[in-house]
Amino acid sequence: MASIEFRKVTKSFGDSTVIKDLDLTIADGEFTVLVGPSGCGKTTLLRMIAGLDPQTSGAVLIDGKDVTQIAPGQRGVAMVFQNYAIYPTMSVRENIEFGLKNNKVSKEERTELVESISATVGLSEYLDRKPSTLSGGQRQRVALARAMVKKPSVFLMDEPLSNLDAKLRIQMRIELIELHKKLGTTFVYVTHDQVEAMSMADTIVLMNKGVIQQEASPDLIYREPNNRFTAQFVGVPPMNVAPLGTDGAHFGFRPESAVLTRTPSDAWFRYKGVITTREMLGSETIYQVKNEQFTFMIKCYEDLFTVDEHVYVGVPVEKIMLFGADENRIPREDPRAADYLERLRRQGDE
Amino acid sequence: MNNTTRWDTLRPYVMILPAMLAILCFVIYPVFYLLKLSFYRYNLLNKAKSKFIGLDNYKQLFSKDEFYVALNNTLIYTVTVVLLTIVIALLLALLINRKKTRFNAFLQAGIFTPHIISIVSIALVWMLLMEPNFGILNYVLKTFGLPTSKWLQSSSTSMLSVILVSVWHNVGYYALILLAALQSVPPTIYEAAALDNASRFKTFYKITLPMISPQLFFVLIIMTIGSFKVFDTVRIMTGGGPNNSTSTLVYHIYEYRSNNLGYASATGIILMVIIAILTFVYFRVLANKVHYQ
Ligand SMILES: Nc1ncnc2c1ncn2[C@@H]1O[C@H](COP(=O)(O)OP(=O)(O)OP(=O)(O)O)[C@@H](O)[C@H]1O
Ligand SMILES: [Mg+2]
Repeated sequence: MASIEFRKVTKSFGDSTVIKDLDLTIADGEFTVLVGPSGCGKTTLLRMIAGLDPQTSGAVLIDGKDVTQIAPGQRGVAMVFQNYAIYPTMSVRENIEFGLKNNKVSKEERTELVESISATVGLSEYLDRKPSTLSGGQRQRVALARAMVKKPSVFLMDEPLSNLDAKLRIQMRIELIELHKKLGTTFVYVTHDQVEAMSMADTIVLMNKGVIQQEASPDLIYREPNNRFTAQFVGVPPMNVAPLGTDGAHFGFRPESAVLTRTPSDAWFRYKGVITTREMLGSETIYQVKNEQFTFMIKCYEDLFTVDEHVYVGVPVEKIMLFGADENRIPREDPRAADYLERLRRQGDE
Repeated sequence: MNNTTRWDTLRPYVMILPAMLAILCFVIYPVFYLLKLSFYRYNLLNKAKSKFIGLDNYKQLFSKDEFYVALNNTLIYTVTVVLLTIVIALLLALLINRKKTRFNAFLQAGIFTPHIISIVSIALVWMLLMEPNFGILNYVLKTFGLPTSKWLQSSSTSMLSVILVSVWHNVGYYALILLAALQSVPPTIYEAAALDNASRFKTFYKITLPMISPQLFFVLIIMTIGSFKVFDTVRIMTGGGPNNSTSTLVYHIYEYRSNNLGYASATGIILMVIIAILTFVYFRVLANKVHYQ
């Protein structure tokens, strides 16, 4: 068990700096998910923890100790790679055992560990098979078992579910959550899928272009986004955001915060538009409602409307969020907030 | 209906027919002709005087000391060349694969160069280098105060000299094959091994070697077959001497090409059988250690 700390960490590849002066603390025993768009530096961050691609400057601490000089194999971390990186020439058993052998674990203990871990991940029947004869999901389990068997204090996972089909992915998600509960070790999980992040994390670290945008629980990230990027990254569909028309400020609201009606409502902000698309997703339906000024996605739990229908969109004032020109959120207490809200109300249809 | 099914069964055979004809004419027929020759006392000047003598050529062969000397020389040559070439080629490939530097790119091009030069030219140049009195090799050895060698002119060092030239000629080519194999190993596997706390030796032995085993196996077989049939270096550099110390099986065949074609053919058949057996043994012993993706 261990906490992880980044202190003023910078990482460059040649002349391109991917991460600059990053500070981050990952709490001991937590399930932390690093999430962000492709190329934002998630894998880079993970590899610095593992020691596979050491930082250019700054310090990485595991359990309070600077690990810069410590070899990857000695850091007490295990990693599940995005492409699994299973040793193709070894059987499943040899794959799982390899780390133990290198750490001079005795044969009896090894056999016992391999048997119990493979039972946990459901690989017992496949121990003597070569990886090339396994399915994607089974290979993923081999990678997991290989990491688990070493009893690491830190578990690193780089998009381990991205190669699986949707159904297996959801199943594995649950298994990973349970695994974390059982082991209680620090998990650092990388994904670019915000749904995965929301469903698994204790803490989400949202990154963009090598900069941390927000670090909070899924709940807070969703309800209280720090900035426009966070607001528009999480949620399916993401938050509706449009310019206010002054100072480069923007306003936004979640698709499910709006109400659709056929007759004008007395909502605080409202506009009249026409439904241009309709996506029926089962329990909910997502409409795109458009007028000359706004195009917003609206989520409804009842499927009452059809394409080309004229509807009224209404949003209560407490659901409206404001963002400044610097993209940061403007809290309600801010002196600008009242003015901006008033402007917004006048933009809506009376 | 019936027509189409018949055509369906025939079509594959019709399609490989041209290739089969070529193989029949240029591979199968010569081999059988060679076999036939080995049972005759063949008269090159007057074909009509050729005579079927059964296994006499083989009996003669197995009772001749020269044959055993040639066989022994060939074995020594093959084992040494194959081992040295594979080990050196592997070391070179590992060295070049470590980093992408200018020097390594240069080295990669450099070691391949001997392979594009004709072996005849190479043999001639090395003969000059190995000249005991004026050659550069002895000059260099002398400058460093090391004992000189008579190289090709002594029966105790002649074979080694021929081996040296062959290894020098081949090593770059095989290093390149192994380098390509090394470069196709996904780097994440090595990273996984680093996280598994594997030592460098263990990583090499348990991961690198198995990963490049198909190419190693290929090189081993190709080199063994090639070395067994060594001829050109021997023909040019030593002519089998001194004192038969570099006479190999193919050179032995060559020596009897005109005055006893039947005997030469019998030797050729024996050579073919030896190579076939060796290849078979390789596959038997090693094939399950080779990892194919
Ligand atoms: N070895 C490298 N050499 C040069 N640039 C690199 C290297 N590795 C990563 N980068 C760059 O660093 C940036 C971050 O890469 P990284 O792999 O961390 O992204 P990521 O967040 O994991 O993306 P993804 O979700 O697509 O996996 C990218 O712009 C990438 O081009
Ligand atoms: Mg990545």
